[in-house]
Amino acid sequence: MANVRPKADAVIVGLGWCGSLMAEELTRAGLNVVAIERGPWFETSTDFPPSVDTDELRWDTRRSMLLPPAIETTTFRNNRSQTALPTRDWSLNELGYNVGGSGTHWAGMAWRFLPFDFEPYSFTLKRYGKQQITEGLIVQDWGVSYDDLEPFYERFEKIAGVSGKAGVLNGQKIDGANIFEGNRKSEFPLPPLATTRLTDLFTDGSKKLGLHPFMVPAGQASQAYTNPLGVRMGPCTYCGYCLYYGCGNFSKSSPNACVIPALMQRSNFTVLTESAVLRATLAEDGKTATGVTYLDRNKKEWEQPADIVIFSAFQMQNVRLLLLSKIGKPYNPETREGVVGRAYSFQTVSGANLFFEDEQLNQYIGAGALSAQVDDYNGDNFDHTGKGFIGGAGILVVARGARPIGNADAVPPGTPRWGSEWKKAYTHAFQNGTFIFNQGTSFSHDECYLDLDPEYKDANGDPLIRVTFDYNENDRRMARFTEDRAVEIGKAMGAKIVNGFDSAAVNYGPYLPASDHTIGGAVMGLDPKTSVLNRYQQSWDVHNVFVLGASSFPNNAGYNPTSTIGALSLWTAKAIIDQYLGKRGPLVEVPA
Amino acid sequence: MQRRDFLSSALALAAASTLPAARAEVISGGQPWEPGKANVPSLPAPRQGGLAFFTQAEFDAAGALADRLIPADALSIGGKEAGCAVFIDRQLAGDYGKGATLYRLGRFVKGTPEQGTQSPLTPADRWRQGLAALDNHCHKTFSTPYAQLDGARQDDLLRQMESGKLALELGPDLEVKELFEQILANVREGFFADPLYGGNKGMASWKMIGFPGARYDFRDVIAKKGQKLSIIPTSLIDNTL
Repeated sequence: MANVRPKADAVIVGLGWCGSLMAEELTRAGLNVVAIERGPWFETSTDFPPSVDTDELRWDTRRSMLLPPAIETTTFRNNRSQTALPTRDWSLNELGYNVGGSGTHWAGMAWRFLPFDFEPYSFTLKRYGKQQITEGLIVQDWGVSYDDLEPFYERFEKIAGVSGKAGVLNGQKIDGANIFEGNRKSEFPLPPLATTRLTDLFTDGSKKLGLHPFMVPAGQASQAYTNPLGVRMGPCTYCGYCLYYGCGNFSKSSPNACVIPALMQRSNFTVLTESAVLRATLAEDGKTATGVTYLDRNKKEWEQPADIVIFSAFQMQNVRLLLLSKIGKPYNPETREGVVGRAYSFQTVSGANLFFEDEQLNQYIGAGALSAQVDDYNGDNFDHTGKGFIGGAGILVVARGARPIGNADAVPPGTPRWGSEWKKAYTHAFQNGTFIFNQGTSFSHDECYLDLDPEYKDANGDPLIRVTFDYNENDRRMARFTEDRAVEIGKAMGAKIVNGFDSAAVNYGPYLPASDHTIGGAVMGLDPKTSVLNRYQQSWDVHNVFVLGASSFPNNAGYNPTSTIGALSLWTAKAIIDQYLGKRGPLVEVPA
Repeated sequence: MQRRDFLSSALALAAASTLPAARAEVISGGQPWEPGKANVPSLPAPRQGGLAFFTQAEFDAAGALADRLIPADALSIGGKEAGCAVFIDRQLAGDYGKGATLYRLGRFVKGTPEQGTQSPLTPADRWRQGLAALDNHCHKTFSTPYAQLDGARQDDLLRQMESGKLALELGPDLEVKELFEQILANVREGFFADPLYGGNKGMASWKMIGFPGARYDFRDVIAKKGQKLSIIPTSLIDNTL
């Protein structure tokens, strides 16, 4: 072990939203921080100016900003009786591969989760009783409540420059906004984005059904803005090049646009790029980590010693790092014991494809989060008595920028996929076709988990993560229920053809359309028997290891995860600065 | 796979600025800046004769396939004239054709439909094997290559490939349906991608569906909801088209 870098106060593995927010907090508190990022440095002016960004083939079809499966992928099987095989091509698992992480290529939907989402067990028990929970379903509280996180959501929204309108502000419900959201102490930093023909149709249609439509909180700056770190953002131009793209206008919220410019000014911060962390190194007693081992771009192995180790890579990579570092007890699906890899889940998506007769939707105009939604059927916002499931879905339309290659199969059912008839249908559908998307909750199940694959390895020779997953009965019932709601809304919007779809009606597969919001596997909670991390995202077993990201979620909400992982990162940063630095031990006593 | 060359840039920075660059990948003390660099896509250079991957016979077959999948009609020029075969030829010569991003380690074992393809073949391999088998079949059955058949017969063969019924003599790692999907995907890409990549001549496809291309600002028209905007498209490579 010849190559050892100078010791840092904290080492951060992965410089996306979680890593950059944590680095900003810790360096401001005076700590010497080294971040290690697997991908290269990305710079707005060089990598995504408007004349480089507007390239569907490169950034969307060929996924040029994502981590290639050639470097690291996962293996997958639907259940334990099958042999997992590698996911060899681009799939639903969209891992970032650059400074900024997935926060550079995300769509920008900047949600708060509902109070229910953090305490699903307590809420369900109180409202329905235990019989509402189906066999084998993992339903547990996070150890942190919406109210705990509220100030950290607010801080995240101000750093990210989120555009939206409060629906519940200091206890007051506000018509036209999301009256189901948790109570907010302040208005969004920026007003909502402009509306489009599509969002108008959805708003009018869902109102006819007595629902409560609103514009989705967006990580696109609706106006010029300066955030609390002193970083300036430009106004969104509605070009529609958001999801899978960088932003050439400094308008889309991202670590690159909102945090890193401030961070790079700090002399106590260093980032090592194109360097892949292999594992944390542990002290002899296994109770603390001494730092991390990583490979630089020339595959040379290095040690980065540090007093605090933060894993803030993608959800699956965090779980993999814990397993490869031998931190925490791996989950055993036969005995149901162990925690690392347990409580893996996803999102349960259904919805409806719509085709109008004679519209001009102009859907190439948009933004990643330019959407209208109803939350009447999300979380526990409706009565589940007798329905046989818990959870729900955010039901929305997305004006995120239609693209010609990606939309080519979005034609009415029964249309040929080529030839003059397809050309005619596609030309019509490009203006008249759209969809309603139900972003549904997921609860994990005893049989759904992550572990290390016994056979397949990454390019460095370390085992890949093995995903064992299929939709469970609770989530399938939810998806069917919300599919019917989407069909009702589609009809109320006046579409000529309304065809429901349900991703959970068939087996899960990594190439089938759904969302890309995978979660869990290193979850936070109240009990070390059912969680990897305590309520501060601190390892129960190795107290100077903290794990940030959607890997901490025991269940998934009917929302995009980014603001929640951002708020949790800021919550953990505060706990480290205010409590851990003085204590250097577990922040929560292990319950007797 | 595009990876930024930080070695040279960091060295250049060390010489040109106060930015410390102790090692290639170590960045601190400010945002790195690379004068004279834009991260534009790479395009493979054609061999002598103008093609980068295909043989002339393969190129002709690809053009004929493109012209049936996207026929010339009142809406647009056909896939062949739009340059789909040129696009595919260049794509197959580059990282995409070589499967540079695909996971190709470990044993290749057939799995469930949900587990997706477990073939060791790259897109370039699929095209090469597929076009050889298709022309073989056409020679045996019709004594002529695919490109020389009449349109109705070409369409019929495509329909049989799409449904998986055409018995082509393919290797063990390629199914006829997979071959069809590979061909359809790449032809569509050639028709709809920016003309920068060799297809979509004159932005024909964008004009057909009314897509404005490389436009980056719609604040002037976003309030014109539900109206036909008839925006003249722009491309990354040539706006005299």
